[in-house]
Amino acid sequence: MRDLKLPFCPGCGLFSLSDAFLKAVYELGNENLAKFCFVSGIGCSSWIPSPYFLADSVHTLHGRSIPVATGIKLVRPNLNVVVFGGDGDIVGIGLSHFVHAARRNVDILVIMGNNMIYGMTGGQVAPTTPFKTRTTTTPYGSFEHPLDAAKLAVAAGAAYAARWTTAQPTELKESIKKALQLQGLRFIEAVTQCPTAYGRRAGFKDVGEMLRYFKQNSVPAEEAEEIGEEGLEGKIVVGEFVNRKSPTLVETVYSVLEEAKKSGAQD
Amino acid sequence: MQTRKTETYFWSGNEACAEAAITAGCRFFAGYPISPANEISEHLSARLPQVDGIFMQMEDEIASIGAVMGASWGGRKAMTATSGPGFSLMQETIGWGFMTETPCVIVDVQRVGPGTGQATKCAQGDVMQARWGTHGDYVAIVLSPNSVQEMFELTVRAFNLAEKYRTPVILLTDETTAHVREQITVPPRESIGIVNRKKPEQQDKAFFGSEEVAPMPAVGDGFNVAVTASTHDEYGVRFTQDAAVHRRIVETLNAKINNHADDIVQVENYRVDDCDVGIVSFGCTSRAVYEAVETAEAKGLQVGFVRLKTVWPFPEKDVKRLAETAEKIIVPEINLGQVVHEVQRVACKSEVVPLNKVGGGQLITPEEIYAKILEGRK
Repeated sequence: MRDLKLPFCPGCGLFSLSDAFLKAVYELGNENLAKFCFVSGIGCSSWIPSPYFLADSVHTLHGRSIPVATGIKLVRPNLNVVVFGGDGDIVGIGLSHFVHAARRNVDILVIMGNNMIYGMTGGQVAPTTPFKTRTTTTPYGSFEHPLDAAKLAVAAGAAYAARWTTAQPTELKESIKKALQLQGLRFIEAVTQCPTAYGRRAGFKDVGEMLRYFKQNSVPAEEAEEIGEEGLEGKIVVGEFVNRKSPTLVETVYSVLEEAKKSGAQD
Repeated sequence: MQTRKTETYFWSGNEACAEAAITAGCRFFAGYPISPANEISEHLSARLPQVDGIFMQMEDEIASIGAVMGASWGGRKAMTATSGPGFSLMQETIGWGFMTETPCVIVDVQRVGPGTGQATKCAQGDVMQARWGTHGDYVAIVLSPNSVQEMFELTVRAFNLAEKYRTPVILLTDETTAHVREQITVPPRESIGIVNRKKPEQQDKAFFGSEEVAPMPAVGDGFNVAVTASTHDEYGVRFTQDAAVHRRIVETLNAKINNHADDIVQVENYRVDDCDVGIVSFGCTSRAVYEAVETAEAKGLQVGFVRLKTVWPFPEKDVKRLAETAEKIIVPEINLGQVVHEVQRVACKSEVVPLNKVGGGQLITPEEIYAKILEGRK
């Protein structure tokens, strides 16, 4: 870490997410972050690596971390490229890049801190905000249904997709460890508490109550299938949703280079 | 099969641009289909992989310029090519490139706008956008070729300036120059100067404004570089409240270009000595000016012509020199008046006359320019 004070509010779930990530990296035998390149967008979650991790970190524009990460990974295939972003960043403004990265199976790990709100800008409704939640732009309760980012990642072709909450820090850490050892587009959604911009308006007394809510409403993915959609209203399905092997973008792009060099002889 | 041999070819402007990029050392291209820039993508999709370069077609122009920025921080020379609508979409990320001092080349093949306009028709309406397209205080380098040969020359130059000054450079061309086929001679390899970005020494830690053009590390090279387009200090650490830090960074970004305008600006001065009438033009429109100048000369009229190969920074010195003798300066351009405002600003004592025509891809003819030269004369 750089010798800088972390920017998060007291009780923020992003402390837990940073902690889970760094523990995962350490437990995999890394003494530092030299093998990594971090890419992030704009928002609180994007501040996890930038500039606090003593590592290469590219802090991009709102929603644009994934294309920049794609460019980096393609020209530096040996680097472990990790994207940090919030729900607004990854599946709001940057949604199309997320879907296409999963389709391409780009060799990056995307970690999305889902606080269900636009926290940095003061608590406006997000595409992940639960139905009927009060926010600064939905004073009568939100009137749209939230997006299931992990499910979308599965549908779009991600190699690995999982979701945990900050109430399951060990599972979250183990999932990050696993994802770091896999190839292709890996997506981990960490549902995190934002007491400042979400909790206090959504009716939570304090951070403890938010974490208890996460714990009590988490449903393991295996059980969720039996419960069915109606029974899952207001619940958070946690666990792994996919873990599969298919050719990654680095593999397919570099195989094109080989083909081109053969055909280039006649050019 | 590395770069093209020193031979004479019959290429379109877009093909010359693509080949020149490879000559300049470009090894990453990301783009999104758009007329009239497609031939650059198509050509590079075949050629780049032959030289260990990567071609990517992304999901949109925003992703394309994003991938280009990523590749540049990965240590490669990188480029994208687009036209007005795509250029508009890229603007935020181009601003990110200015603020993070990321070398790259953006080709804008101009077509008729605004909006979708006329997608396949030539225009020159993006001159001001190329200079002022993104928000905030910055200075852009913008080059404007007027032939297939020059498309090659200025594409190489765009990469060289991007690397030298660590900044995005815009190659502002137009549908006509991009699609016309002409004879082009690829210069001998040894005569083409290639500039590469300055790399840091092992002990270096400051990569942003620590010197006029600071050394640029690549990610993965062990420098732990923190890159951000938020206001930052020499080490890339964000300072989003401090006035002094912000002023320092924007003043540095502006000075590194403005202080070297003489190095960056290139024009062609054509019969400018002691002229009575002046003409300032650029890109495809400038091709019609020579004939008008010669027609006027045959009638005993001295007409001088300044052709802008660099549009931004604006070639003030050359336009001022033209204005010393020219009482009237004509500015033909395929838009409703953009460069003319700069000429008016610089040549304030001369009568500056716009000559505009836009739509349908119609070009300004030598006859129209000649008629403008005669206008108001007895």
